[in-house]
Amino acid sequence: MKICVTSTGENLDADVDPRFGRCKYFLIIDIDSMNVEYFSNDSMMASGGAGIKAAEMIAKKGASVVITGNVGPNAFQTLTAAGIKVITGVTGNINQVIGNFKKGELKEIDAPSVESHFGMGGRRG
Amino acid sequence: MIISVASGKGGTGKTTISTNLALSTGEVQFLDCDVEEPNANIFLKAKIKGYEEVSLNIPEIDKKKCDYCGKCSEFCAYNALAVVPNNILVFPELCHSCGGCELVCPKNAVNWNKRVIGIIEHGQTNGIDFYQGLLNVGESQAVPVIKALKRKIDKSKNVIIDVPPGTSCPVIESISGSDYCILVTEPTPFGLHDLRLAVDVVRHLNIPFGVVINRDGVGDDKVEFYCKKENIPVLLKIPERKKIANLYSTGIALVNESHEWHEMFGLIYSRIKEEVSI
Repeated sequence: MKICVTSTGENLDADVDPRFGRCKYFLIIDIDSMNVEYFSNDSMMASGGAGIKAAEMIAKKGASVVITGNVGPNAFQTLTAAGIKVITGVTGNINQVIGNFKKGELKEIDAPSVESHFGMGGRRG
Repeated sequence: MIISVASGKGGTGKTTISTNLALSTGEVQFLDCDVEEPNANIFLKAKIKGYEEVSLNIPEIDKKKCDYCGKCSEFCAYNALAVVPNNILVFPELCHSCGGCELVCPKNAVNWNKRVIGIIEHGQTNGIDFYQGLLNVGESQAVPVIKALKRKIDKSKNVIIDVPPGTSCPVIESISGSDYCILVTEPTPFGLHDLRLAVDVVRHLNIPFGVVINRDGVGDDKVEFYCKKENIPVLLKIPERKKIANLYSTGIALVNESHEWHEMFGLIYSRIKEEVSI
């Protein structure tokens, strides 16, 4: 099974990036083989729809779970349409997060955790 | 002749200038293009007689024809379409109605739906043919409403346009095609900073322009110094007066209160007319 974690760096030693659509990197991790692919986020600076683009990309990569800090409504809708489970409110070292996920300690959500443009900082687009 | 009244910085007095100019001139068409918060009619007091809806075309995907190839979503610059395995989503509030998705769709699966985003109101007062746009709350695209407003322009008439603040797309849309642009500012560091941005815009659009300094006396002389250095005419300075603020707060136009102001705005209008006709 493949999962996607939003990340501040290129490998499992990095922390979970709290933003979904505007995170720095996406790590696609095969939980069984622990094979890790990373992608820098092209949509980080998009004026709108960054979460939609990110969700599309993750669906294409075949991930079935997303682990991140917060997800907005458009991204959540896209992930749900792709049948991807969403886990939010996660922080800290990704190695540890994966461990917790494997132990079944992380719970999926059934609604977006923040409003649109949350990851853009103080300025709204 | 089309005169637009813009500013860069918000709250400098665009509406004060545009409404007083209109009232002193009479027989003009007035367009309030500040569609997110139009307020010119507080001073013009036109009786609204009718309205029409402004709508956008939003794609609707025929899922019987769509094979989820993703070409439309790849094309969309505003990320208004999402294609995931065996599903496609449209995000209407992000769509700019360019029609590109229909062009790139190999399966002819794109149909169109209308989505109302605002209205245009029309009324009349003292010879002024008044129009204002109202963008629905929560909508982000002011430009289509401004475009619809500008289609009301009667070229045989003199037109005054009240422009939204800033220097972004709605401002460009509002002032494009003007024969002259009045930039209203205040003599403060913020006023000067945003005036410079606005000057860049009107110069880029090749529109002749002049500056009105409102609340003269509150700040410093850097705006005047800048105008002198850049060879920009200062058309008028409105002093900082409690009486002017009082009139504004009760919705009374300056020209309706004193003959002096009436004459002053009349002079500005003649001066602009002269400059445009050269």
